[in-house]
Amino acid sequence: MNQKIVENHLTIIQPEICKGCGLCISACPQNVLKFHDKFNSKGYHYAYYVGEGCTGCNVCFYACPEPEAVIVYKKGHVLQENEEVTI
Amino acid sequence: MAKTAWTKSDAFYNEYFRNPNPDKKSTHYCPGCGHGHVHKFLAEAFEDFGVVDQTIMISPVGCSVFAYYYFDTGNIQAAHGRAAAVATGIKRAHPHSIVVSYQGDGDLAAIGTAELIHSANRGENITVIFVNNAIYGMTGGQMAPTTLKGQKTTTSPRGRDPKNEGNPVKVCEMVNSLDAPVYLERVSLHDVKHRAKARMAIRKAIKNQVDGIGYSLVEVLSPCPSGWKMDPVDSMKWIEEEMTKVFPLEVFRDRSKEIEPSQEKKHIPTKDEIITNLGLKELHDEAFQKTQMASHYKNPAIKAAGFGGQGILLLGVGLAQAGMLEGYNVSWIPSYGPEMRGGTANCHVHISEKVVGSPIVSKPSVLLAMNRPSLEKFQKDVVKEGLIIYDSSLIDIKPDRDDVEILDIPATKIADELGNTRIANMVILGALVGYTNILNLKSLVATLPYIITRKRLIDVNKKAIEKGFEFGKNFQKKDLQN
Repeated sequence: MNQKIVENHLTIIQPEICKGCGLCISACPQNVLKFHDKFNSKGYHYAYYVGEGCTGCNVCFYACPEPEAVIVYKKGHVLQENEEVTI
Repeated sequence: MAKTAWTKSDAFYNEYFRNPNPDKKSTHYCPGCGHGHVHKFLAEAFEDFGVVDQTIMISPVGCSVFAYYYFDTGNIQAAHGRAAAVATGIKRAHPHSIVVSYQGDGDLAAIGTAELIHSANRGENITVIFVNNAIYGMTGGQMAPTTLKGQKTTTSPRGRDPKNEGNPVKVCEMVNSLDAPVYLERVSLHDVKHRAKARMAIRKAIKNQVDGIGYSLVEVLSPCPSGWKMDPVDSMKWIEEEMTKVFPLEVFRDRSKEIEPSQEKKHIPTKDEIITNLGLKELHDEAFQKTQMASHYKNPAIKAAGFGGQGILLLGVGLAQAGMLEGYNVSWIPSYGPEMRGGTANCHVHISEKVVGSPIVSKPSVLLAMNRPSLEKFQKDVVKEGLIIYDSSLIDIKPDRDDVEILDIPATKIADELGNTRIANMVILGALVGYTNILNLKSLVATLPYIITRKRLIDVNKKAIEKGFEFGKNFQKKDLQN
């Protein structure tokens, strides 16, 4: 069976749940989160992970007020079978 | 194994199906609102301590009134400010539940101050999460008790002036003057370090309750970017620069180490234990059969009325108790003036095969009138083909209804002959049962030891019931057809 393993530390921000408050961006010690130029369907410039530099410190997870908007995986995390990872 | 993933807590619903908005994945809070942080910390604590299924959140009035959209726990919404009182009741009725009173500054520090102080003073074993954002957020940014000096709000447009509006209320300091609370801490959400502290404080407050240690209160300085008219990042700065000066962040008290965790195990009493504890054994040993009654007497809604002191309320209690013995659903509710004697008193009784909805009887099918004002006042309310029983030795008029059954009984005269004027109520009670056969005489008599505290009076009351029963049974029905 193919186990899906997260290769690098990873932050995922769900664009449709993000409200663009910017707290994760101001909290990120690595400065690897940014506002996207695009709007989401609520009309907010959502935050996104630039793709490299994440250390899996989970600061952004606790900085975000939304329960589901931010997901942080450490390197080597084994994903559940039904989980999908997209950036 | 170390944690390798941070995702939504299982203490939240997968989809917020209760939220009427089409978007079931995000909260209704404004961008940057501190409620989201506190919700996340709480949910994580519930999940980690394994208490999601036994937690009952009390939502206040404020933006977080909709906390039940998100938490997959029990929830009760309390009237404005009453969360601490409701939490007390729930915790006492369900000592093994985890009760969290989640309140904002308007709810807790303004309208609910009394409930807060007294629940803390009693040392209730609850957790209070106090989200302090120095403003009334939900209603549009008015001044709150915790608004800072000089802070502009819609109701303090020139800035809060202590001479006119008083000083900010410091809740932790106030509660700290009481003896009972176990854990009091003020935390803030303004940066990474302080969010981590806030998270730990909330965990501790929940853990204290899980261990049965006592009252915990965590005050969270939380941003309200919409109310403060700032962007979320600036509002965090404002907490750091302004709020923490007035509301210093510290552990005001932590006695959790001094107190032994409660070892009390959950005990669910068996049916037999309940019967023994309530002293019902004797009653349950006897079988009380239901009577056969004419269909129009079924499920009676009874109103008994008279002077205070005539025993109207006791009459109603006897009816309800006897109905309960026979396995009916019953309700009894009194209604009387402030006088102990004199004045008017009435009570409402339902004896029903169905579930009783409202205990109030506004359209009685049976009226028991023990004085003239009661008969005059209530006879018009009796339903068609209902029944009026009145004490003809005290009431010198006749009812003017011709579409109801009427039973006149000289109850007070009969009681006098038995040697005690005050048992007229039991004569009426006996007459009602004798006439309509809604209950057994046996079950009626069986209730007496439970409703009459002076044992020597039981015998005479029994005689009165039997006398009334005979009278009612032998009473000649008058034809309703005129």
